[in-house]
Amino acid sequence: MTATAETKQPGRVARGALEWLRDNLFSPWYNAVITVVLGAVLFVVLRGIFNWVLYGARWEVVLVNLRLFAVGPYPSEALWRVWLAVGIVAALGGLSWGAWGGRNLAPTVVAGVLALIVAVLPLSLNVKGPMLASFVVFIVGHIVSMGRTRLQRPLVWAWLLSFFVVVFLLKGFGEGPPLPSVPTSRWGGLMLTILLAVVAIVASFPLGVLLALGRRSELPVVKLFSIVYIETIRGVPLVTVLWTAAIILPLFLPEGLRIDNLIRAMVGMTLFSAAYLAENVRGGLQGVPRGQYEAAHALGFNYYQTMRYIILPQALRAVIPAIVGQFIGLFKDTTLVAIVGLLELLGIALSVIAQPEFIGLQREVFVFIAAIYWVFTYAMSSASRRLEARLGLGTR
Amino acid sequence: MATVPVAEHARPPFWRDERVLAVIAQIAFLVVVVLVFTYLYNNVQEGLRARGLAGGYDFLRERAGFDIGESLIDYTSNDTYGRAFVAGLLNTLKVSVVGILFATVLGILSGIARLSPNWLLRTIVGAYIEIIRNTPLLVQLFFWYTAVMLKFPRVRQAIQLPGSVYLSNRGVAIPWLVPQEGFSVWVGFVVLGLIVALVAYRYRARYEERTGQSGYPIITALVTWLAFVVIGWFVAPGTPAVLSRPALKGLNFTGGTRMTPEFAALFLGLVVYTGAFIAEIVRGGILAISKGQREAAKALGLSDVQMMRYIILPQALRIIIPPLTSQYLNLTKNSSLAVFIGYPDLFFVAGTILNQTGRSLEVISLVMLAYLTFSLTTSLFMNWYNRRVRLVER
Repeated sequence: MTATAETKQPGRVARGALEWLRDNLFSPWYNAVITVVLGAVLFVVLRGIFNWVLYGARWEVVLVNLRLFAVGPYPSEALWRVWLAVGIVAALGGLSWGAWGGRNLAPTVVAGVLALIVAVLPLSLNVKGPMLASFVVFIVGHIVSMGRTRLQRPLVWAWLLSFFVVVFLLKGFGEGPPLPSVPTSRWGGLMLTILLAVVAIVASFPLGVLLALGRRSELPVVKLFSIVYIETIRGVPLVTVLWTAAIILPLFLPEGLRIDNLIRAMVGMTLFSAAYLAENVRGGLQGVPRGQYEAAHALGFNYYQTMRYIILPQALRAVIPAIVGQFIGLFKDTTLVAIVGLLELLGIALSVIAQPEFIGLQREVFVFIAAIYWVFTYAMSSASRRLEARLGLGTR
Repeated sequence: MATVPVAEHARPPFWRDERVLAVIAQIAFLVVVVLVFTYLYNNVQEGLRARGLAGGYDFLRERAGFDIGESLIDYTSNDTYGRAFVAGLLNTLKVSVVGILFATVLGILSGIARLSPNWLLRTIVGAYIEIIRNTPLLVQLFFWYTAVMLKFPRVRQAIQLPGSVYLSNRGVAIPWLVPQEGFSVWVGFVVLGLIVALVAYRYRARYEERTGQSGYPIITALVTWLAFVVIGWFVAPGTPAVLSRPALKGLNFTGGTRMTPEFAALFLGLVVYTGAFIAEIVRGGILAISKGQREAAKALGLSDVQMMRYIILPQALRIIIPPLTSQYLNLTKNSSLAVFIGYPDLFFVAGTILNQTGRSLEVISLVMLAYLTFSLTTSLFMNWYNRRVRLVER
């Protein structure tokens, strides 16, 4: 083991800190200059940032409004539903991690450490309680399903089902208990951001796959329609699509049929996302070798059977990382629904900086929500990178 | 005897004939699409009639009656909606073109710096890329606008940067070239010099390719062009242009030129955001060239510049250009976020027109057409360039 390492990289075995510094920072001479100048600039900038974060910034604007950032103006007596939804997702997350991640205790350990951190944070009990419960559910789910690959198929269905359960839970029905209806105008914050992104990617999936198949179809009418749709949507900015959905959709519908703002935004995001998804799926379809089509044909499969059993399973598996990347983009793009007046995370931020007692605290608020977006997207992109490695794409 | 059944078998009944089925399927699809569109169209017509609105693009000739914060053409509220639309269109083009130029430079520099042997440089640029790529552009734009541009001091206390650049909450004042009498002559020389320099570059590069001797094509071209620039400056009558520096007079700056806070924020946001994406593309393109290519170039005795010019760049460009094109298009499309911070781009102006006239279908179709034209022209141009690069490689 050591021998191979030595033969491969002779210089790297016995390297001290000084040599590392010389190789990476101070040789040749111009690197030393770059290092010194950059170091000085970095020192000043970092000192400024630390001073601002620790002493200059007035973080109370964030602390006071934490609930707004999380769920927007969702009624407080119905908050348990949000927590229940979080619990469902945490349980499924734990189960899935166990079923797909193999016998690896790391997620449980990380969740445990995070739970401990939450436990010592100075939060009120009705936030801390459900949060800890979610962590516990996650850990239990993970330990139960660890290494059980048999659970994978039921879990896919469970995720799909959970989507509808969660939406139903948040929306409710009727006036009185058990689940009084909450109008979508009172949905907001991070909750709405996540919901919008998930709805857009889930709802655009069937449409995107159909469009991709249509674009590769041999039927000229279908093909033309798909191409025009995809290229038009991809050629215009998302705001115009959202705007069209918000302004034109009501015009298209018969008199008296009104749909609320949230649905309009969701329709806009879905139509937009479908065009991009179609291009991703098309990439996957093109990657399936011709022999697969010919083999399916030789076996007497018709078009539907060929696609359903032979082509799509291979094509979709190959584009999972691209779809995750698209989801990350959508997650960031949810900010644009502010144009139709929805209160997702950015919408809430804009309303918070307008609060009279917090005038002029834009920096604190925007840095805070940027950090939230960053945590989510960074986590997703590193997960996707790992997934890519696991799927062995490009190596098979 | 055997031929008859074969001929009959070759022609299955029409409900199982794939060619017939294909036609039927397409007709059915077409009918459904037409029906859906007719239904929607009728609803729109009824809805518009109920609201007492007539269709058509005639309103573009009516008086607009609203002001536009900044415009490249002369525009007042007395001009028509059509002219307002054009002013918005030009503002979109302005921020896109300038943004693309600067984002490319920033992206290439960052992409190369990300591969630097210097750990500190590499890490700082990596942090920049990871932070910017993983946060929404709109949040960054709001940050640049409300938390940076509008937080600058008032004009009287403006921050002065070296080179007569002033930062204030009224925008950024920078020095600017003011054309004088002989300007057009000088510009003629500059352009002519560019053409001659290109020819010289080609010539020297061919020489280098043919003989294997160093032809110094880049240096030759640069010197040629500079010579034209300098000669033109003295040949032109009078002084072709003077550098006007901004100076504080009363409550505002005179001289130089001023970027509004809205433009500056949008420009900065787009450049920083797109630059991070371009950096990753450039890095990927350079990394994709296998080490063997470098080693082979060294073994052949090529200099570093020659290696870049003949071995690395032609191959890296081929990988870089397609994703780079889509970043350019993204930047152009993302410039529509201007509407959130009040820069009067195409989308912003169209929104105002829509609010005033209520002609939603017409306005939205015009906006979409404009963006589609940008997208299609950019991709056509980049496809053409891409083909050229591919030819150079051979």
